[in-house]
Amino acid sequence: MTTRRIEITVGIFVALGLAALFMLAVQVSNLGEYRGGDGYEVHAYFNNIGGLKVRAPVTMAGVRVGRVTAITYDAERYQARVSFTISARYDQLPTDTQASIYTAGLLGEQYIALEPGGEDEVLRDGDVILFTQSALVLEELIGRVLVNLTGN
Amino acid sequence: MGSLQRLGRWTLGVLERLGRGHLFLLRTLLAMGTLVRRPGLLLREIYSVGVLSLLIVAVSGLFVGMVLGYQGYITLVDFGAAEALGTVVALSLVRELGPVVTALLFAGRAGSALTAEIGLMKTTEQLSSMEMMAVDPYKRVIAPRFLAGVISMPLLAAIFSAVGVAGGYFIGVGVLGVDSGAYWSQMQASVDFHEDIMNGVIKSMVFGVVAAWIAVFEGYDATPTSEGVSRATTRTVVHTALAILALDFILTGLMFGDI
Repeated sequence: MTTRRIEITVGIFVALGLAALFMLAVQVSNLGEYRGGDGYEVHAYFNNIGGLKVRAPVTMAGVRVGRVTAITYDAERYQARVSFTISARYDQLPTDTQASIYTAGLLGEQYIALEPGGEDEVLRDGDVILFTQSALVLEELIGRVLVNLTGN
Repeated sequence: MGSLQRLGRWTLGVLERLGRGHLFLLRTLLAMGTLVRRPGLLLREIYSVGVLSLLIVAVSGLFVGMVLGYQGYITLVDFGAAEALGTVVALSLVRELGPVVTALLFAGRAGSALTAEIGLMKTTEQLSSMEMMAVDPYKRVIAPRFLAGVISMPLLAAIFSAVGVAGGYFIGVGVLGVDSGAYWSQMQASVDFHEDIMNGVIKSMVFGVVAAWIAVFEGYDATPTSEGVSRATTRTVVHTALAILALDFILTGLMFGDI
């Protein structure tokens, strides 16, 4: 083995390792989404967020436009405060956009679905979405059905 | 009284060895400076430690990924969630199997060779003759081998995971008929770069330090007889495997335990 051959094979090895890491970053993980700036942050208050988690998707017409970044409890309003980042490409959301928490599939993860309103003004960084719809909690729903059944 | 004395002697022996191991690591780290001036030494060791381990790591990664593809599919298809196969394969590889299995293979393939090489150098008094010629064996022999292991391990683990994901794709999409788009999109939706991939890389770095440290120390500390070298080689593989599995448990608890 000459030094030259060793150097070349080591170079190939290191390049392969870095290429594998790059492939993991771009093809396997969510790093690809972060391209082109962060976007802007919007807040919304919900009575009940069900099982919503940080990093859950935010969708518009079923297309992912952002991610939930923080969930905190607001002690003054007795509500959950959900912050999410929307990609800067989607900066045309009206101020009366509605945010609802839905479940993907019967037992799937929960996500926020945005439905556009009719205002001309658009949402900016730090704005609060006024119209929200809480998550459906299965037990609550069953309870309501049972009350209705026994009531009649 | 006799058994108490034996227990005490054993404890002192273990503590003494641990102390020697740490002093050895310190001297190795201090000797690292020469490698900046003579990178050729390091390259040669990366070749024998990393490049020559490439084939076994890549082939094992492929098979582990393919097995995960089958097993994940069989479990998930009962719940109608076969699309989540990509998530299962990628998360188990990137978080656990990639770093751990690579480190175990590394211990068997490269660690044992390092121990045997250094142990034989000691047995045949090559290390002492180096010292006679005022060549520091830490700078000339130990430090390049140690650093080569530390550098090679994360690269090998990344290759293992990438090949494994491709193997899972081959079985899941090619053989079992999972949708190709769903395989990748579900994977990208639930694998986080910082949380999952970087934590996996940190794990493999820690394992690299531990595996390389144990291998070179066992070689340097071996009893200079043929039996001593063979024992040291066995100890390298056993101790590295135990250390890596225990460390993996602790690291996983620290990284993913607070959910």
